Amino acid sequence: MSRKPFYLVVACLMLIGIGLSIHRHIQYEVPFTPGEQRAVWEVEAQVRLEATGGPVIVELAVPTNQEGYRLLGEHTASSGYGLNFVETADSRVARWSIRNAQGSQHLYYSARFLVAPNEARADIPPPELRRDRLWQSPFDTAAEAVLARAYQRSADPYTLASELIRELTGATQGENARLLLTQYALPDLVERLLAQAEVPARQVSGLMLEDGRRRQSLGTWLQVYKGDEWTVFDPATGRQGRPDRLLLWHAGNAPVLQVEGGRQSNVSFAMIRQMQSATESESLRPADASLLGLSIHSLPLEEQSLFRTILLIPIGALIVVMLRILVGIKTSGTFMPVLIALAFIQTTLLTGLIGFLLVVATGLVIRNYLSHLNLLLVARVSAVIITVIGIISIFSVVSYRFGLNAGLTITFFPMIILSWTIERMSILWEEEGPREVLVQGGGSLLTAVLAYLAMTNPWIRHITFNFLGVQFILMGLILLLGNYTGYRLLELRRFKPMVRR
Amino acid sequence: MWARPSELRSRHVIGMNRRNICYIARYNDRSLFPLVDDKLKTKLLAHEHGVTSPGLIGTVTSQFEVRQVAAMVRDHPAFVIKPAKGSGGKGILVIESHADGAYRKPSGAMLGIADLERDVSNILSGLYSLAGSPDVAMIESMIRFDDRFADYTYEGVPDIRVIVFRGYPVMAMIRLSTAASDGKANLHQGAVGVGLDIATGRALYAVQFDRPVDLHPDTGRSLIDLEIPDWQGLLRLASACYEMTGLGYIGADLVIDKYHGPMLLELNARPGLAIQMANGEGLGGRLERIEREPVGADVDTRVDFAMAHFGRM
Ligand SMILES: Nc1ncnc2c1ncn2[C@@H]1O[C@H](COP(=O)(O)OP(=O)(O)O)[C@@H](O)[C@H]1O
Ligand SMILES: [Mg+2]
Repeated sequence: MSRKPFYLVVACLMLIGIGLSIHRHIQYEVPFTPGEQRAVWEVEAQVRLEATGGPVIVELAVPTNQEGYRLLGEHTASSGYGLNFVETADSRVARWSIRNAQGSQHLYYSARFLVAPNEARADIPPPELRRDRLWQSPFDTAAEAVLARAYQRSADPYTLASELIRELTGATQGENARLLLTQYALPDLVERLLAQAEVPARQVSGLMLEDGRRRQSLGTWLQVYKGDEWTVFDPATGRQGRPDRLLLWHAGNAPVLQVEGGRQSNVSFAMIRQMQSATESESLRPADASLLGLSIHSLPLEEQSLFRTILLIPIGALIVVMLRILVGIKTSGTFMPVLIALAFIQTTLLTGLIGFLLVVATGLVIRNYLSHLNLLLVARVSAVIITVIGIISIFSVVSYRFGLNAGLTITFFPMIILSWTIERMSILWEEEGPREVLVQGGGSLLTAVLAYLAMTNPWIRHITFNFLGVQFILMGLILLLGNYTGYRLLELRRFKPMVRR
Repeated sequence: MWARPSELRSRHVIGMNRRNICYIARYNDRSLFPLVDDKLKTKLLAHEHGVTSPGLIGTVTSQFEVRQVAAMVRDHPAFVIKPAKGSGGKGILVIESHADGAYRKPSGAMLGIADLERDVSNILSGLYSLAGSPDVAMIESMIRFDDRFADYTYEGVPDIRVIVFRGYPVMAMIRLSTAASDGKANLHQGAVGVGLDIATGRALYAVQFDRPVDLHPDTGRSLIDLEIPDWQGLLRLASACYEMTGLGYIGADLVIDKYHGPMLLELNARPGLAIQMANGEGLGGRLERIEREPVGADVDTRVDFAMAHFGRM
């Protein structure tokens, strides 16, 4: 049987891959190495609404330069709509308009922010003190009481804000606080109380930046002034100061999104963090549709962040193929380690490893009991799935209780896969004993960790995300490995006794 | 600790990758795998081709037949119940003798008819089959192994594994169960593997846990004296499995019955590589030699060829 056609296919794949990569390197000046890295957040707001069939005006407040972040550029997509950026006294607004629109509408605004620790704090003038009537009875007396207590225990606007939030949320939350909270939302309430004490403050909308998140919404923070300076408070926790990952989106009095001529409007946010080389030209981004310029960058942000993970999967697969064919490591379930590695990317390595071991160990104990019931396979695995979900829920709740937020990421584990792993390990235990479970479990974890290290390597991420041609090369490599008939590394040890004599 | 690849190559050792690509993928047609993965199919096929295997007493295919097990075995003093698609000895019940509804296992433990029916019912529901798919329970006569092997095994029937490549028996070993292997004949669980000379059926070399041994660890019997009776007959039986299944690279598991001689127990389309260790020699050289032989030789020619070329003494 001739292997010529096979090697021809592999050679073609390699050539196409290399060709595409070089083309992209030269034509688009994408460097092969990530170079000096700087973090750029790309944040996308997607506005959705049902147009009622007439003229539509959509106004979306948009962010500007601020402490910690410098706006590099913005980009909108909205077919058929006219677009203006309008500067008002306290905010900047993107205004889309169209004469006639019908049905479901999608408008996109995206902005790229460079993480710039030296960027000056935005100069936002304090709001006018509220002159309207703040309270209705019986809330006025309750407000009075809460304010009086907090005022006593504070020295300046900042400590007053802290004390107020503590009064309203902390363990000391009294009768009055509870009454007020039945009427007013917490941030609004604090703002009113501060106004009563003649401290200028306003609610601002902000976005907590977290890599790869989609369908996020804005959170509310309180901006409190002390003379000309200000700081922000998290109304839920009372934490003072701007968290590093907080991007202030909008500080005006008007709502973030205003729509005329449409119903059921909402805005959701997606974000992605890119490590960008300082040399990478800013003009690289525009949607270039030419086939040779194949680039993920031309996709909307949501899809981009999805793709970034998808494009890494072949790397994980390559690692598995190498470890199995060249080294001879046994894993439980061929590609289970890749899925575990993907989960590790979300959870970070240490949390992931601990979580994995906890879930599998507990699962094995419970599965051991199930095996006494002589259930049929499907029912048994289903029972294990429910068990795994139970374990994960309990771990999440318990770790949250103990203030370990990292424990929450355990929900990123692929539960069905985990269940099958437990099932397989348990059968292995019964049939081959605990040693084999350790061998295969250890093999799977080792593979997962190596795949994780490869998939989080900045250079590999840079290459897979920016050069689609690399996928062809990976394909070629995997085909070649599938054809390898030599010894596996571990076989050199296994067969050693045959050589000794 | 580690062998150099060149050292292994010079001893013709083949690794997993080579076995998978050059032999299993090339010579074993996937569509034929079910013939050997289902012991009932194998047995019926063997019967058609005149390959001896333990007599089939009956099969149970549906839950409402479970009640008839007692009637089926009434006239058979010794029998075995096993799942057709089982592996690794799971779900197998060996009954040595029975009287008045009391069934005796070789270990001496007694079972009632309810125990037998539960086993059969579990088999049917797929408890022991690989993917949990519904299975068939087969009841076959028990093999009474040759007394000459009594000193070589600790509980359990010794079985002889022959690698049959394109119909030629290329390498053989006998697997002897030990206390460490819990009466099972699986090498990685601690059974002793004894390589057998293809020309004579005599022991060449023995290993346990991949290390050389001279005596059976439990019975103390010297392993090198071991010799298989009617060796040529056994090789013919193994060789005939090629025509029977059409699979080019198989491991045939045979046992020798006191009264009926060599019998086929089961076939394996993905036989392991441990046989190389038990023989102290790699499979590669012999497989390549066979690849140069023309197709179409009959069983006797193939067995004679193997005995003439692969003998070691
Ligand atoms: N007919 C039989 N008589 C006696 N023992 C048997 C018989 N069939 C199977 N056994 C015992 O059960 C073991 C496993 O049987 P086998 O048919 O090889 O099934 P498996 O695929 O589960 O290994 C054999 O090694 C032997 O010890
Ligand atoms: Mg067997």
